[in-house]
Amino acid sequence: MPYGDSESVPDRPRAPVAIKILIAGGFGVGKTTLVGAVSEVRPLRTEETLSEPSSRVDPLDGVERKTTTTVAMDFGRISIGDDLVVYLFGTPGQQRFWFMWDELAYGALGAVVIVDTRRLADCFPSVDYFERRGMPFVVAVNCFDGARRYPLDTKRTALNLTPDVPLVLCDARHRSSSRDALVALVEHAVTRLSSGRHVTSAR
Amino acid sequence: MVALVSALRRVSLADLEPEQVAKLGPEHRRLLDACRIPVAVADLASDLDLPLGVVRILVADLREQGLVSVRQPAPSGLSDVAILKEVADALRRL
Repeated sequence: MPYGDSESVPDRPRAPVAIKILIAGGFGVGKTTLVGAVSEVRPLRTEETLSEPSSRVDPLDGVERKTTTTVAMDFGRISIGDDLVVYLFGTPGQQRFWFMWDELAYGALGAVVIVDTRRLADCFPSVDYFERRGMPFVVAVNCFDGARRYPLDTKRTALNLTPDVPLVLCDARHRSSSRDALVALVEHAVTRLSSGRHVTSAR
Repeated sequence: MVALVSALRRVSLADLEPEQVAKLGPEHRRLLDACRIPVAVADLASDLDLPLGVVRILVADLREQGLVSVRQPAPSGLSDVAILKEVADALRRL
């Protein structure tokens, strides 16, 4: 995303731009697979306080504290030139990590919500979240082996998606297929901008 | 998470008061070294193998001491169609 110019960095033709894209969906739906298929995967963990709001944690001892939990995150980057990077963040699937979503969503371009047709309902919390937030998202139906193939229209109805939400088929194991889901999201964001619906991912 | 952290070039450890340097732990120094060119918080955490929360605290410490600048992504977000089209084109070439 574009950065504010309040603290400008000299010697650069334009401010570096980081595009943040979220990869969401239920547990085990293929988020990690998709991030791995399309980006340079980087190890990332976060340590979150579960109970009280951030007491100042000693950086050296923090990992050992019982008040925090360490969460491994799906994180990947796609470098597009020196000053443009796309970051992919997998949203934690388990309900107890929902508190992380707002931070992940802050300033994000949008989300790819992955769906497993055998467990459609698993994606509803993600879809609801992005709808409520007014964030652009696309739904990518992960074509698992052995899953029944339904026509896309049937899936749209089953997912109760509004017509403006792009629905794409995707095989998260394949780079080109995962890439197409990302492209669909970026194009969707452009369409929304062009039609005057501003991206409202701000907190 | 993707806020950019940059070491301020005009400041080096040699310019600091001894007590200021003493406040810096080894992680602070590693972080300062790692952000000589602007780098996203998430990349710093990954590069230094530290949890995001820890990196945030270290960055806040360094910022307090005037050693780094932090640029938050614009909250209004992605309103630049030209940049988004550039991204879409680049992704298609992957």
